[in-house]
Amino acid sequence: MSKTLKPVDVVLVGFGWTGAIMGQQLCDAGLEVLAFERGPWRDTPSDFATGFAQDELRYMWRHHLFQNLTYDTLTIRNKVSEEALPMRRLGSFLLGTGVGSGGVHWNAQIWRFLPTDFLTKSHNEKRYGKKAVTDGDLTVQDWGITYEELEPYYTQFDLLCGTSGKAGNLNGKIQPGGNPFEGPRSMEFPTPPMKQTYGPTLFGKAAAELGRHPFPHPTGNLSQPYTNPLGAQLGACTYCGFCEKFGCGNYSKASPQTTVLPYLLRKQNFTLKTECEVLKVELTPDRKRATGVTYVNSAGEEFFQPADIVILSAYVLHNVRLLLLSGIGVPYDPKTGEGVVGKNYAYQTMSSVNVFFDDKLINPFIGAGALATVIDDFNGDNFDHGGLGFIGGAYIAGMITGGRPIEMIYTPEGTPNWGLQWKHAAAKNYLRSFNFSIHGSSMSTRGNYLSLDPTYRDVHGRPMLRMTFDFSENDLKMSDYLTDRAAEVARAMNPREIKLNRRSRPWSVTPYQTTHNTGGAIMGVSPKDSVINKYLQVWDVPNVFSMGAGAFPQNAGYNPTATLAALAYQSAHEMVTRYLKQPGPLVQA
Amino acid sequence: MTDVRDDPDTPDRASVDLHRRRLLLAGAAGIVSTAGAAIAIHDGELGGPSETIRGEMPWAPGSADSPPAASGSEYKYFKPTEVVFIEAAVGRLIPDDAVGPGAVQAGVPFFLDRQLDGPYGRGDHFYLGGPWAKGTPQQGYQSRFNPAQLYRAAIEAIDRYVAAQFSGSSFAKLKPDYQDTVLKGLESDRIALDGGVDAKMFFDMLLQNTKEGYFSDPIYGGNKDMGAWKMIGFPGAHYDYLEWVDRHGEPVPYPPVSFKGRRGWREVEQ
Repeated sequence: MSKTLKPVDVVLVGFGWTGAIMGQQLCDAGLEVLAFERGPWRDTPSDFATGFAQDELRYMWRHHLFQNLTYDTLTIRNKVSEEALPMRRLGSFLLGTGVGSGGVHWNAQIWRFLPTDFLTKSHNEKRYGKKAVTDGDLTVQDWGITYEELEPYYTQFDLLCGTSGKAGNLNGKIQPGGNPFEGPRSMEFPTPPMKQTYGPTLFGKAAAELGRHPFPHPTGNLSQPYTNPLGAQLGACTYCGFCEKFGCGNYSKASPQTTVLPYLLRKQNFTLKTECEVLKVELTPDRKRATGVTYVNSAGEEFFQPADIVILSAYVLHNVRLLLLSGIGVPYDPKTGEGVVGKNYAYQTMSSVNVFFDDKLINPFIGAGALATVIDDFNGDNFDHGGLGFIGGAYIAGMITGGRPIEMIYTPEGTPNWGLQWKHAAAKNYLRSFNFSIHGSSMSTRGNYLSLDPTYRDVHGRPMLRMTFDFSENDLKMSDYLTDRAAEVARAMNPREIKLNRRSRPWSVTPYQTTHNTGGAIMGVSPKDSVINKYLQVWDVPNVFSMGAGAFPQNAGYNPTATLAALAYQSAHEMVTRYLKQPGPLVQA
Repeated sequence: MTDVRDDPDTPDRASVDLHRRRLLLAGAAGIVSTAGAAIAIHDGELGGPSETIRGEMPWAPGSADSPPAASGSEYKYFKPTEVVFIEAAVGRLIPDDAVGPGAVQAGVPFFLDRQLDGPYGRGDHFYLGGPWAKGTPQQGYQSRFNPAQLYRAAIEAIDRYVAAQFSGSSFAKLKPDYQDTVLKGLESDRIALDGGVDAKMFFDMLLQNTKEGYFSDPIYGGNKDMGAWKMIGFPGAHYDYLEWVDRHGEPVPYPPVSFKGRRGWREVEQ
């Protein structure tokens, strides 16, 4: 059997954003921390240097920085009555792997959720009635935490990244130039907003004419050099247009590599093991305490690593599978609605509008991951949903993340996908068109959930995760309403023509949508309807903590990273100030 | 001092440490001449030895994860009959005219050959394990073939279909209009192919790979002379547009540049 190694204080399972944050916080508290990452080591000069980082084929289409499905994938289906089959090729979402993981190839769109987003059930029920939060099998819940509690930790993440932006609400006072709908910030952004290129500028003018409230997208593509509290230095973004799906060679995009690792890896009480995969969290016979983890190295040898605290800091889907494989918590059953692990899997409801000009050179290759002018007038509960038949919303962004030609050539309605007509449309429109992103919320429903697959297994012989998901009636109504609002802005720009790309069901695994998978290990106020408490501590096994967007009871109309980072900082704070003094439940069930 | 230290309490000490691995690989890149040998190990992905990193940021000079450029000029994967099919098919997907190069003129057939001869053709990053079922359209790629196998089987199946429908002809010999009709039939799934080939799945892959060869960096063998980039006005692998950010609506006069045309570019021998 596996050899037992020398115990450590803390084991981190997975080494992306939350692993790096927890590692730094707990090492600073003096704990001996060991992180496992199943992918390879990666650093800026070796793995995405500016000499070759702008390679659309290799990184986007050959998935060079993404999870290799040959070794591990999941099975997918739209509903319980279907047979789930393996996701044989990445498409709808692009899973990360390796040190830094998704934090390496994200766009660095840094959003805070709205205060009401944390009260999805109680707030909407109070304003729109009980049916608004239950119709169509909605299973939305409150988070068990408030924006005000989380605010200091959002700020901590902004300071780590050097986030560029303009506050719209400083301590309750609305500020010109920012997002007037956001929750109160305790301080201005660490760096000023990025300069806007032509397309986003035109979007902002048109939106303002319509009476909307445009503002620059908050971003971790930095507008100017910045040194963070850990002493890590970032440079100014050069707008090369290769952020999402790519590593930044210029130290301009906030990532674990650019903000945490130079500090953390030098600490003598931190160890990182790469190409080592954790197979299982081991429990005491009464299943009330974790004793450590079993992992396998790349030679195929298994070891037991004892630890006082086990932190699941892998991606949502991997954390949920590890909970299920380890027998932690009761698996969710969509028939009875009983059980919690795998419950309330949600996603993001994306749609878009393409805008085509004859007389304006947009130059879409001048881009950045979060280069956009945005309106938030129709997000969350920023507008009256009375009579609309849905809850939730989206931000609408006139956004130019880049002009990468295999992925991002927009052609007008009715253009075929190939042949001379396609080629001519590509040649005519490439420089004169751009895209609005409509970034919609995803409300949880009874039938959308995660479980273990009964048939398919990974290279280690463990059951794959099975995802059952389709877009809900609520979210498609929301998405249509929002796409119409975006079309109004597009038309106000007086373009030659526009094209609406609405979201429809069934959900398909093939076209890329977004890597914002959420839920399955959700937080809440009671072990009856959640896996973890507000400090990300597993109710049933209090020395296991589950990080990441798996904690979200449903997904808001924003990118998830800042929120999951803030939750991690808060969890670390409670661990250091309370748990270490008296290990046990941080919230009484 | 070494910047990577094996933890004496762990079994990983048998593995080569990162520092040494990178140096070895940097050396290997210079002396190993057999195709793919150096690249296969040095690709920044899974499959390397487990490493223990403690106390320092690991880094070694000469260890950059350079892209696997295509080399040579002869076809390696496609048989002559397959080259004839591919040239005919991609020539219809992106035809040549005065507006810009066609896929054949841009070198897409050679690009496809090198892709299918390499990791992509072998299904690197695909999950191809069984059991296999057709599934719903929403479940995406469900073939047991890797891309190289799918191309081979599909080309044979399409030529069998054409021979049966057009009295013994082959796809390449058809008039362009008829070729387009066949391609549209594959695209819309109206044509059913034998040999275990899903017609639409193959068409979607061929079209996607054709656009990849047309628009990717010329180091991969397509986009000859950056003709496709010139056609649309994409400047290529520039990394700094700062001075153009607030020059709204002005033409950016940079001619396109590929990786090999940049300062500091160093080709890795395969």
